[in-house]
Amino acid sequence: MNFQIAVLLGQDGVTNGAIYALLALSILLVFTVTRILLIPQGEFVTYGALTMAAIQSGHPTALAWMLLALMLIDCALDLRTMLQNGFNMLKMRWIGLKLGYALLLCVLIQTLPLAEIPMVAQALLTLGLLVPMGPIIYRLFFQPIASAPALVLLIVSIAVHVAMVGIGLLLFGPEGGRTKPFSDAGFSLGPVLLKSQTLWVILVSITLIILLFIAFERTLYGKALRAAAINRMGARLMGISPVFAGKATFAMATFIGALSGILIAPITTLYFDSGFIISLKGFVGAIIGGLASYPVAAVGALAVGLIEAFSMFWASNYKEIIVFTLIIPFLLWRSLTSRHVEEEEE
Amino acid sequence: MTAQTEKLLDVRDLHVAYGKVEALTGVSVEVREGQIVTVIGPNGAGKTTLLSAIIGILRSKGEVHFDGQLYATPDVEILVGDGLGLVPEKRELFASMSVQDNLQLGAFQRYRRGDRGYETTLAEVYSLFPRLWERRHQMAATLSGGERQMLAIGRALMGKPRLLMLDEPSLGLAPLITREIFRIFADLRRQGVSILLVEQNARAALKVADYAYVLEAGQVAMQGKAADLANDPRVIEAYLGLASKHQELLSS
Repeated sequence: MNFQIAVLLGQDGVTNGAIYALLALSILLVFTVTRILLIPQGEFVTYGALTMAAIQSGHPTALAWMLLALMLIDCALDLRTMLQNGFNMLKMRWIGLKLGYALLLCVLIQTLPLAEIPMVAQALLTLGLLVPMGPIIYRLFFQPIASAPALVLLIVSIAVHVAMVGIGLLLFGPEGGRTKPFSDAGFSLGPVLLKSQTLWVILVSITLIILLFIAFERTLYGKALRAAAINRMGARLMGISPVFAGKATFAMATFIGALSGILIAPITTLYFDSGFIISLKGFVGAIIGGLASYPVAAVGALAVGLIEAFSMFWASNYKEIIVFTLIIPFLLWRSLTSRHVEEEEE
Repeated sequence: MTAQTEKLLDVRDLHVAYGKVEALTGVSVEVREGQIVTVIGPNGAGKTTLLSAIIGILRSKGEVHFDGQLYATPDVEILVGDGLGLVPEKRELFASMSVQDNLQLGAFQRYRRGDRGYETTLAEVYSLFPRLWERRHQMAATLSGGERQMLAIGRALMGKPRLLMLDEPSLGLAPLITREIFRIFADLRRQGVSILLVEQNARAALKVADYAYVLEAGQVAMQGKAADLANDPRVIEAYLGLASKHQELLSS
């Protein structure tokens, strides 16, 4: 291997690693706040990529109908709770708003010349379709069992993953999706040509990580989510409802997933079932961080990306094996060094 | 505190059951505006259960009226937003966050509703508990027991509650700190905060309160003006004890 190849592999590794880092952070975030291991995280990535691909090819995507259907179920449940607890004008207006939003997106998807609109608008449309699904998924599948043991949550999470893969096949078909790069420019750094999409991925990832950091350290809403993760009862007594925290983290997880999908769609071809392996690598990163430390998880995920890229060069047949074997020494190390800490303080 | 002031909290015929065991049977409690009301009683009488049921942590049967509104199924987040605060026995602080963050989160409901006046409240809380100001950048987990209690009370005050419910605020505290905390209750009342106080330290509680309930085996066994109850022979025998005169000195 010469220098040039090493740089190329490193470039690939960092690009993938940045995406894994985003997913690792998202998995970690959802886990600490809700105790749910978000297996469907990868489906948000493939949905993001494939929706973007569908929009770019000018087909109105059936995803809009799915959003509308989910929204209808969600609103029906809202109405049922209102029937039990009495009429509430504010909630009624909120229901109207949600339905209006879903309908508006359906109309936009059907009428806009999707292939011709600028790429930013296409990306926004994709995010607009996908992000509301996160909170609805939480509302429908996890909110009713929020206090169940972690194992039950995991089982439901796997079920949601399997269902989403199936629905993905139905919505997007078995063909892979690949989108146009954000720009065609390339940058030469000495002898090496950097792809502009690589820079996009790295830049957006770093920006997002910094934004997440600021949100959680500086804003009261971010602190509220952290508080809900630290002490659920304490948070409830401050009026931070676990439902709110769950919906907010799921919205964030879908946003991160869908955005990751849009970012890597021009680099790799994604299929309806590619999500699992992607989120599994993010999960390895999260495990390296002990499902607790955000910076370690991000660095771990980056390492996963690099190891994957270099093992592709030496032993491409074994690249997945090498990456997933990585988890074993870390699990051993974790189980040997960490003592079991009771969650309750005092 | 006369009968003309408005009923802030009016709990009627409250029943709570853990499975088949009734922890509370038909408890009715009232707190009027500007009052300090205390609920005393032995361990296991249902004092903590009563507070948890009022704020909606536990499911209950009965009526909870707060600020003139009936809450058929009390819901923690809604009641907190409407101005009811609870300082639980376990304090439930955010251990790995700073003191200042803990306090700011106390104002989360206000912040969410667009009330940005919480910086003023923060200054007020700091002037009430100067110790918290000194420790504002420390993790809550590093505080001493008394400081944690101050933080728990301060955090509840950040939400500007109209009624503050406190569960065993003197539990595990040194007598001098207990006295300091009880003095703060009187301060709070002067600022217009009503207080529902659950206490084992009956002497101190009866001293500071206007009205008192004695809870025994999930039922209200006695009630009356705190000063009257403090002189009631039955209460003296069961909860105050003639021997523990030194407590009186500490709570003065």
